[in-house]
Amino acid sequence: MTVTDTQVNQSETPNAEGYFSFTLGEFQFRRDEYFVYITWPTGHHVMSVDAFLRALQRDVAWDFFYGIVNFDGVFGTVNHYGTVDIFAGRYNDSYRKAELDYSENHETPAIRETFKSILADWTNETFDPFASPHETGAAWGIKNGDNNSAVTRRRVAAQRMVGVPGDEQIRSDESGFRINRHFLDVDQSEPVVEAEPGFEGEVVAFNLFAYLSRSDVTWNPSVVSACKDSLFCPTTEEYILPIIHGNDRVEWFVQLSDQIHWDVEDRDTGAIRSRVLMKAGDVCAMPADIRHQGYSPKRSMLLVWENNSSKVPELIASGQAPTYPVEF
Amino acid sequence: MGNPTRGGGVEQSSYTTVFGSLDSFDKGGVELVNDDARHYAFSNVFEVASMSKPWEKVAVAKNFEYVLEAVRAEGTSPWRTAAHDEFAVCMDGQVSVELVKLESSPLPADAEGSVALDGDPVGAKMGRVTLSRGHQVLLPAGAAYRFVAAAPSVLMMQTIAGPDTQYRWAEICQTV
Ligand SMILES: [Fe+2]
Repeated sequence: MTVTDTQVNQSETPNAEGYFSFTLGEFQFRRDEYFVYITWPTGHHVMSVDAFLRALQRDVAWDFFYGIVNFDGVFGTVNHYGTVDIFAGRYNDSYRKAELDYSENHETPAIRETFKSILADWTNETFDPFASPHETGAAWGIKNGDNNSAVTRRRVAAQRMVGVPGDEQIRSDESGFRINRHFLDVDQSEPVVEAEPGFEGEVVAFNLFAYLSRSDVTWNPSVVSACKDSLFCPTTEEYILPIIHGNDRVEWFVQLSDQIHWDVEDRDTGAIRSRVLMKAGDVCAMPADIRHQGYSPKRSMLLVWENNSSKVPELIASGQAPTYPVEF
Repeated sequence: MGNPTRGGGVEQSSYTTVFGSLDSFDKGGVELVNDDARHYAFSNVFEVASMSKPWEKVAVAKNFEYVLEAVRAEGTSPWRTAAHDEFAVCMDGQVSVELVKLESSPLPADAEGSVALDGDPVGAKMGRVTLSRGHQVLLPAGAAYRFVAAAPSVLMMQTIAGPDTQYRWAEICQTV
């Protein structure tokens, strides 16, 4: 069933805590001071509102990302690039065996608008879902204003490279991006660029590490350079990746600074496959049939490297390409 | 003595950001529970560069035709060109880049990967860039480029696999 309705269905009046409730297909969403309650025809689920909003923020900002965005072991979305599945228990062995898993397919605009409305209504002015826990107040409590400027941040996506004239530009105090408190020791010098007249648009370089040191968000891969479908999507990480990312293609990590611990699980069942520790300079593939969640003790710089080609998920899903990147 | 931040916790008064280098890198790794280490192709760009000859282009990541290469930069590189944009990130040391707009490229417009040029490039000088650690440079489609590094340095290339891409997975990756 593909639902094409783009109307956001929300309750006529807010609840006792001041929040609206929402429905999307047969899914129902409501929150109170501490929790989010999700119901569907075969079951129901409770999540911490803090964890739910952090996950929802990524799903909205990434426009459902590559593959599966698990909010936790039960609830999440699968991107089909035009439509999105919203599911409960589908990638949970116990729900599957009990046949209590449930999934609906929606046109992307319908789920996008609903999720944006939930995020806007349920995020109070004290809470920034993109920030690390040290940088923001609490998500808890009754309705208390909003934080729309935080939850609707523009996602950076360079067409060629950051710093190229007409493309995404470098960050500075003046543009509102101060050096993060964990990166005050990161060198801010820009490369020496000596372009001959007429070649200013092509002789371009920038300080990637300084650019990342001024990121005001965590766990938000954003394109800084593109070689055809090869996208450099670096991000700064602190505390826990708010989602468990299920791959539909191989994804690569290059740890640029500090370290991150990863739990790697089977994508479909959640069974543990490995734990990965990445330190500065380490390179690691995440196979196409796993899901992963990262833990960064200090704010760190991670280069996420993606192949954006639309042909890749089908090649892997059909078995024509392996789930791991290289044979040796 | 730290300051309580918005979330209420107390943090350190300062933090040290750890980058790697040829002289000093510390590897993590894959701790297997139920998998094959080779599926992760786990390596370290500084370790790869420490084992490479100058300017060897050693693949450390591959996704279909696309690769990331670790390059030990030392001395002056041969001139190279590609028909598409490439990028280099200086991961350690200092590397300068010279760029020349080729009058005629040896490559068809849809060629993938970079090739070495015979001799010096013919065309207008585009300019020069000097990179330090953390700096990223555009190597524009149709330009010839060469690198100069006075001391051993490390580059990471974002490009497409080409005739000079080296594959040494069994040597560079964790296998068990
Ligand atoms: Fe991921």
